[in-house]
Amino acid sequence: MSCCSEEYTLKEKIVEKLQDFRGRDRSDSYLIPALQIVQEEYGYLSRQHLDEVARLLSVPYARVTGVASFYQFFNFQPAGEYEIIICTGTACHVRGAGAVFDRFLEELGVEPEEPTEDGKFSVTDARCVGACSKAPVVIIEEKVYSHVAPDDVPDILADFGYSP
Amino acid sequence: MNSEDKISLVIDGIRTEVEPGATIMDAADQVGVHIPRLCYHPELSILGACRICIVELEKREQLVASCSYPAEEDMVVKTSSPELRRHRRDIVELILDNHPKDCQTCVRDGNCELQDSAYSLGVRERLFEGERKQYPEDNSSPSIHREPDKCILCGRCVRVCDEVQGVTNLWQQNRGFESVAAPAHNADIMESVCIHCGQCVNVCPTASIVENNVTDEVFEAIADPDLHVVVQTAPSIRAALGEGFGYDPGTPVAGKMVTALKMMGFDAVFDTDLGADLTIIEEADEFLNRFEAGEKLPLITSCSPGWVSFLETFYPELIPNASTCKSPMSMLSSLTKSYYAEQAGIAPENIYSVAAMPCTAKKYEAARPEHETPWGAPYTDAVLTTRELIWMCKCMGVDFRNLPDSQFDRPLGTASGGGDIFGTTGGVTEAALRTAYERFTGETLTNVDFMEVRGVQGLREATIELDGHNVNIGVANGLQNAKELFERLLSGEKEYHMLEIMACPGGCVGGGGQPYPPEDTFALDPELVKKRAQALYTIDSSKQLRKSHENPDIKELYSYYLGEPNSERAHKLLHTSYKPSERQGIK
Repeated sequence: MSCCSEEYTLKEKIVEKLQDFRGRDRSDSYLIPALQIVQEEYGYLSRQHLDEVARLLSVPYARVTGVASFYQFFNFQPAGEYEIIICTGTACHVRGAGAVFDRFLEELGVEPEEPTEDGKFSVTDARCVGACSKAPVVIIEEKVYSHVAPDDVPDILADFGYSP
Repeated sequence: MNSEDKISLVIDGIRTEVEPGATIMDAADQVGVHIPRLCYHPELSILGACRICIVELEKREQLVASCSYPAEEDMVVKTSSPELRRHRRDIVELILDNHPKDCQTCVRDGNCELQDSAYSLGVRERLFEGERKQYPEDNSSPSIHREPDKCILCGRCVRVCDEVQGVTNLWQQNRGFESVAAPAHNADIMESVCIHCGQCVNVCPTASIVENNVTDEVFEAIADPDLHVVVQTAPSIRAALGEGFGYDPGTPVAGKMVTALKMMGFDAVFDTDLGADLTIIEEADEFLNRFEAGEKLPLITSCSPGWVSFLETFYPELIPNASTCKSPMSMLSSLTKSYYAEQAGIAPENIYSVAAMPCTAKKYEAARPEHETPWGAPYTDAVLTTRELIWMCKCMGVDFRNLPDSQFDRPLGTASGGGDIFGTTGGVTEAALRTAYERFTGETLTNVDFMEVRGVQGLREATIELDGHNVNIGVANGLQNAKELFERLLSGEKEYHMLEIMACPGGCVGGGGQPYPPEDTFALDPELVKKRAQALYTIDSSKQLRKSHENPDIKELYSYYLGEPNSERAHKLLHTSYKPSERQGIK
């Protein structure tokens, strides 16, 4: 049943948990919980870990990555030390969050979710943080910036020690 | 007929009855109303993704997809109206708006289901100029070429790879606009668990997945005065090539095919079926040795390269059981650059060896390092699929239908009926039994038709008596069926002595390189596969020579060149080895 002679880079407690899933009825329906457990532990889903989940649950690789890449909840890269969250909920969106988001990417020279080379920053979006009166809102390390305009971006980054 | 159990409904004013569970589309097909469709495929599960098959119901405001909506009692269905046609046209227009505008230069121009839908639904302009998906092409594999930009997300490749082949290498990745049918991690084919069988190519409605086309290389070789260009043709090519020239499926066209190849400029035309005969001699010997010693049983055939990749990727534990015989193609190529070169007095380095195959996986097989000559060139320089060969014939203006018949060239052109039936599921087993029987019993086999192993069902079993010994045989085509056979074997539920595995449904006649089917049939259609198989059985039964070991060219080959079956020279030229793939699949 299990194929435990294989080496896994996942922590032993996770391997055990996933092996337990595999023993259950309709074990492939535990794919999403398994991915959640791995992401909770490591903060993101690496290629290696996705393949190990596939092997542990006996679900084909392509299906595992297909399911994982469907949900916005799952990340495939580690977040930066400072994760810059830009609200793109309706209120922020209509007040220009898109331009703010783009400016962060431009200043840092990264794609969404992709950390900077030094691993310090990454940029991601959120759907409505519930502070619509302050729109557009940016959150970094629990610090909330209100009414952000694209030109505020360099100053915000400077608060966290970033210089271009 | 108990009509009470049936469902009665009205399609376009025609009342009809269907079994419970039938869909509206099934009912419409039954009364001869063809509802337009794109993602639907009769041999695959229902997806309901494209929505082109929408119909109107009398008692419902919304339109429903007829491929997935079950027929209900007294339902009144309308399959055609100006509004429906407009909606269907809009759907196709929207698909086209996210599709390259390169029909005229596309490899499937004139043979594309999306193009056909656009034409028949009346799309005459392209309204939107929006963002279009842009994915890199994947040309990593010698077999399969992917252009995700041409993908319309019908999901047929995903379903065939999962449901028919049990490989599950393709799945819909990402979401919304970013969606793409691709291997895990959007990896290239060569970094995936793809086995190169090409069934995805067969069912793809567009040119999003096609074979890696090598026709230019072959044209160049033919035109090169320094090269002696040899071509060989697989058994099942002759049973399907005619479809490209308007013949009914199952029309054998071997004679015209040979004439066409000679007109195209090939210097010699050999028959892979002789390679098949040779495979049988070597494999029957291998089988009898193992059977007598009682080791490495069951012997598993190894002529289907899609299956060989599946073995190495999914069942490495069965590698010792696989026959070490090269495939008929690779045997013939090896002999072309050794035996034939010597006989004809041609330097083997100057021979360019082409193989016309019903198969995309043969391209991968030809490129394997095991099939390299001592001077570093491949034994098989180029593999053409049946589709590529049809196109080359047309491109060169060969008037196929009006050609006279010709014979294959010696010394590698004579084949027995046993070699001919290699192209269909059960054929290898039957040919092997014809030879093994006589080898084992020393008696002459009078009735050579082993009906027990014929048929196109995906999974068959038979027990044949050989001189008082029962030989248990399993035959599988389509790898999902092979998996089932291996489960029986590995769980110890059943003891087998010989297994014949062909990757493609129906065997090579249903191969991933076979022609896109004519209009009233479809890829994976069991009736189509049966007709092509029947062509091979007809060729077999019309021959005097039906047993591989009685082939005079093979006898000559052994007496002047190879010596005995499994001799040192035979081993060097005709046998190979396998190893587990680096990336192991999940069963």
